[in-house]
Amino acid sequence: MSLLCAENPDVIDLLDGAGISLLWHPALSLETGAEVVDLLTRLESGALALDILCVEGSILTGPAGTGRFQMLSGTGRPMLDWVRALAARARHVVAVGTCATYGGVTSTGENPAEAIGLQYDGAHPGGLLGADFRAGGGLPVVNVAGCPTHPDWVTETLLLLAAGRLAAADLDGLGRPRFYADHLVHHACSKNEFYEYKASAHALSEMGCMMENLGCVGTQAVGDCNIRTWNGEGSCTRAGYPCINCTAPEFEEPGHAFTQTPKFAGIPLGLPTDMPKAWFMALASLSKAATPRRLAENATSDRIRVPPTLRGPKP
Amino acid sequence: MTRLIVGPFNRVEGDLEIRLEIEGGQVRAAYANSPLYRGFERMMTGKDPRDALTITPRICGICSISQSAAAAFALADAARRAPTPEGAKVAALLHAVENAADHLTHFNLFFMPDFTRPAYAGRSWHTRARDRFAAATGAAPRAAVQARASLLHIVGLLGGKWPHTLAIQPGGVTRAPTVRDLARIGASLRAFRRYLETTLFAGPLEEVAALNRPEWDRGDAGLWAEIAADCGLDRLGRGSGRYLSFGAYPLADGPLIARGLWQDGATHPVPLAEITEDLSHSWMIGHTAHPAQGMTVPDPQMQAPAYSWCKSPRLSGRPVEVGALARQVVDGQPLARALADEGSVRARVWGRLIELARTQLLLERLLASIRPEARFMDTVALPRNATGAGLVEAARGALGHWIDIRDGRIASYQIIAPTTWNFGPRDATGTPGPVEAALAGAPVEADEIATGATPVAVQHIVRSFDPCMVCTVH
Repeated sequence: MSLLCAENPDVIDLLDGAGISLLWHPALSLETGAEVVDLLTRLESGALALDILCVEGSILTGPAGTGRFQMLSGTGRPMLDWVRALAARARHVVAVGTCATYGGVTSTGENPAEAIGLQYDGAHPGGLLGADFRAGGGLPVVNVAGCPTHPDWVTETLLLLAAGRLAAADLDGLGRPRFYADHLVHHACSKNEFYEYKASAHALSEMGCMMENLGCVGTQAVGDCNIRTWNGEGSCTRAGYPCINCTAPEFEEPGHAFTQTPKFAGIPLGLPTDMPKAWFMALASLSKAATPRRLAENATSDRIRVPPTLRGPKP
Repeated sequence: MTRLIVGPFNRVEGDLEIRLEIEGGQVRAAYANSPLYRGFERMMTGKDPRDALTITPRICGICSISQSAAAAFALADAARRAPTPEGAKVAALLHAVENAADHLTHFNLFFMPDFTRPAYAGRSWHTRARDRFAAATGAAPRAAVQARASLLHIVGLLGGKWPHTLAIQPGGVTRAPTVRDLARIGASLRAFRRYLETTLFAGPLEEVAALNRPEWDRGDAGLWAEIAADCGLDRLGRGSGRYLSFGAYPLADGPLIARGLWQDGATHPVPLAEITEDLSHSWMIGHTAHPAQGMTVPDPQMQAPAYSWCKSPRLSGRPVEVGALARQVVDGQPLARALADEGSVRARVWGRLIELARTQLLLERLLASIRPEARFMDTVALPRNATGAGLVEAARGALGHWIDIRDGRIASYQIIAPTTWNFGPRDATGTPGPVEAALAGAPVEADEIATGATPVAVQHIVRSFDPCMVCTVH
């Protein structure tokens, strides 16, 4: 449903304009019941060409590997069976969302339904289709990870595939399109100045950086969330709650409460990506000592209390 | 007698299979199967209670804020605290925007495209229906998708993104809106009103909100009214006329939409202690229990007579229908009250349209009442041992979360989603759930039986409930 939030143009025009026609979509298409089973059967037999197979949701393998926790209604066959059969026919396979890519939230805790992703089980290659799977077009499963996915990540992936402009080198080490996975959520985060001076929020609703206390891993999470923003001008950090790394495998099990930074001897665990630990510690203590009053006060307020100092007229 | 298994049933949210027994050109009995089990309630066990705010919204990509609000209220209840008054208003605003977006999606993308089917060729309205509501490509779905995306900018601004916001907390909301934010939200709301008043209703919302007869002759809603009358949708898919609403958008001085149980032509207090979930026809191990004592243990053998992963919620031992119609009946909207006994396909769709108009008015009043200088969130410390319930109204009806915290961890988490109420299977007495009952008697054409096509009347009835199967089977 996040896909329907695509804008400029809307999702219908976006796909139309790129020459992409939907064979079937569970929320949009007219066809239902027997009409769909007939379509799927023709795709499975190869009578009808399948350019792109998009799968949302984890693959449920339970109970005991049977896949009967998710039967494709009206067909008497488990969804995993259908996905395997259709993936073998598809020119490209796209996993949409962190459940379909890596198992995601559905595999939280005891993973009651034995959920896995299309080509990963958590961070481990494999999943339903196996590490060596390549679709007809030569690519592994394209992992549009995110919980939710940004609508643009989905539409732009489809636009690039349709244009023949997405190659294996355009995917990162976890199969994610690099056009969004080469960025960190930290990039363009509106709290960056607080981060620079380690001016931290102590509780949700405060304006400071959420890395030190509130579980934010925006400096480690891939995604251009703060560059392109969501639903107009939004992002998790802009709304005052932490990035939980939802584009990554196993984000659903951080090993601590999502909104609390794990610490050892009072020092937060987890470093910004590519940052040497000793340097981070040194810079952090230095910048913390240099925190301007404006940032220190605003960091623990729920709104800007102290505005930036204005310069006087030029002499 | 002919048996027909219908699926995949699309333009509903999630996975649904319906088994029909057909005799004499009518559905004699219907069995609703939710063929997906994920086990969200079990995933919660042993987690930090705060994690419910992150995990439960991810049950669903369409009712996400409803789940978020229910989790926040359950935690607040466990702590015997309430959000700050202004925080409660922003939470209500976020939630009401999602509910409005869902109603819009249902009408334009899920429900109306069925009237473009060839089965209706020759009807006086068929060409107009095809022009407006062709699935995915018609003018009405396009306009609705654009209006919806713009409306959800409000959630982007206050909640960071839609779906799966973490902005709603037990003590309020994480972002204090500025005066400028409120002005921007006002602009988004005015744009949405313009869409509603030029396209969906093509008339003043105040007139729609005050309707007391199912008559409207303008816009897409006018086309719907014409179709409903021509197709006799007032006689199709009739329900029990017993409706439940938990009450929506709780503020410091009460909910903006009333809580109540409607039966025998009057509203009554909701006997919350008499909510149970019956497991007799679910692939679940255990016995009938109140959700505070409930368990979710799947039966891997999937043994008969069970036929669904969905449990069967009952109120005082009987099924009850939930949704926009139920809410509006309980709240006393005149048209909803007039259609309460009818409880048909027509009544359910009108319930949603009426509510869409009323929600816009509610949003405008709510926005005007927000005081940006106030506090929007208090930090709420959760007790190490406590129980709590969070009862809200999702677009599709009553949603409840029941949490049991022991030693600072979640010992039990039970959820009853709106579609669990509406699409539950039979109970121990053999009484069918609301959609199963509503399907009995639906006409089935001879060519539908011959080709195995999904009977169009069955499609109208099922979609009139706007089921969200992913929430149902959490």
